[in-house]
Amino acid sequence: MTAPVMAALQWVGSHSALEPLGPQAARIHGLWRFMWIVAAVVFVAVMAMLVHAAAHRRRGDGEAAKERTMRRAVGVATALTVVVLIVFLALDFGTGRALTMPPQEAVQIRVIGHQWWWDVRYPSPDPSEEVQTANEIHVPVGRPVVIRLESRDVNHSFWPPSLVGKRDLIPGEQSSIWFRADTPGVFRGQCAEFCGHQHAKMGFLVIADPPERYAEWMAAQRDSAHTPSDSSARRGQEVFLASSCVMCHAIKGTPAGSRVGPDLTHLASRRTIAAGTLPNTRGNLAGWIVDPQSIKPGTLMPSNNLSPDDLQALLSYLETLR
Amino acid sequence: MRILAVVLLLFLPALGACERESRRFSETPPTADPSQTVRLSPLEPGPTTRQDTLKSAYEDNAYATSQGKRLFTQFNCVGCHANGGGGMGPPLMDGAWLYGGEAENVFSSIAQGRPNGMPAFGGKVSSQQIWQLTAYVRALSGQLPKDVAPGRDDHMQRKSQEQQTDPAIPRDTRAKPAGQV
Repeated sequence: MTAPVMAALQWVGSHSALEPLGPQAARIHGLWRFMWIVAAVVFVAVMAMLVHAAAHRRRGDGEAAKERTMRRAVGVATALTVVVLIVFLALDFGTGRALTMPPQEAVQIRVIGHQWWWDVRYPSPDPSEEVQTANEIHVPVGRPVVIRLESRDVNHSFWPPSLVGKRDLIPGEQSSIWFRADTPGVFRGQCAEFCGHQHAKMGFLVIADPPERYAEWMAAQRDSAHTPSDSSARRGQEVFLASSCVMCHAIKGTPAGSRVGPDLTHLASRRTIAAGTLPNTRGNLAGWIVDPQSIKPGTLMPSNNLSPDDLQALLSYLETLR
Repeated sequence: MRILAVVLLLFLPALGACERESRRFSETPPTADPSQTVRLSPLEPGPTTRQDTLKSAYEDNAYATSQGKRLFTQFNCVGCHANGGGGMGPPLMDGAWLYGGEAENVFSSIAQGRPNGMPAFGGKVSSQQIWQLTAYVRALSGQLPKDVAPGRDDHMQRKSQEQQTDPAIPRDTRAKPAGQV
């Protein structure tokens, strides 16, 4: 593979329903494989019959006896079809039931869909302990995770194919889905319900960490942003608070508290920007701030006319938000 | 010949739909900002000057007005103006305009702020977004064509204000001297 493709894979993560990496996805994959094999057998059998029928011409003699065998053949084929469909139905029901029963003692996460990004919140009885991030869901390996899904605008659908199937996010409704990641790793997910202009660029990452690393991550996320020590980043903070950024984004520990766009308190710890559209590098961030409309036309983020010095200071500040 | 005319007539609505649906995603800030040239009073020394604005690019466009509606809630305009009915701030769905109801007046009121509580959003909200808000604010008082004004609400409402049929109050969009509302 070429170098750019390899580089891209490091932030994309695994994204295939055919390579299940959790028990839920494995069940769906097992059902799918069984259906595929049965369908393949049926297809081959039907084609063989067709070839047979085309090759053997009907003759005039013994018409009545032939009619009878043919009627029997059609009856057997119909019965077999019904049996196969009932078996499919039963297996499908079993799989669906196993996937919907949420286990006790699960990690609770709220995911709110927006055009076109994912708001991720870890609720806590103590509001100051609540963690808010975007487009990146960290989960502990081996523990079930229940995701409560909501939408603020239109229908979306939550789908990390390597872990579990799809579940729709519907405005005014709450739905939920649960999964368990058995191996540490990065799994990509995607909005699976057409939701407007940038539906394709509405991805997210599920990052499964061993329990200790997950606890570390959670502790770091609970922290507020610190006032930067070097002068360039400090100026960047002023730029942030004095320009249009502050109208939509929140940074804990500063007066910025708007909830229109993603929370940026720990922006630099995230792997991607713009809902999985680009890797989170200084260059990409600069392009995104200055002209988001050419990267993701129609996004609510407006273009920003910052002077080069202000932009560099702002980037230095955003890089301190670990 | 008559058939041709009928066919052409059938295509006529399609032409109108183009302008209504096209989406303008970015704006070059300096040319888009009329707040330097806008007049707060209809009185002016010397000959009357024409004002160039981007009014039509946003006000004939359903996408821009619905984005404006979204921003109206998200930037908390509803905090003072409610959904047009007013509260701490003046109502926006009647015919009275303290600082003028033309697009460029509304734009500069948002950008520059106004006495007694209206904050200046210029520099914090991009001029493109102010244009979208302007289009929506004018839709609230029925000054925009009905096919452009947003037709649905996210909350419960009998009929959205910007889709009302008969404005009960006469529309006078000229700027008035203070105190004469």
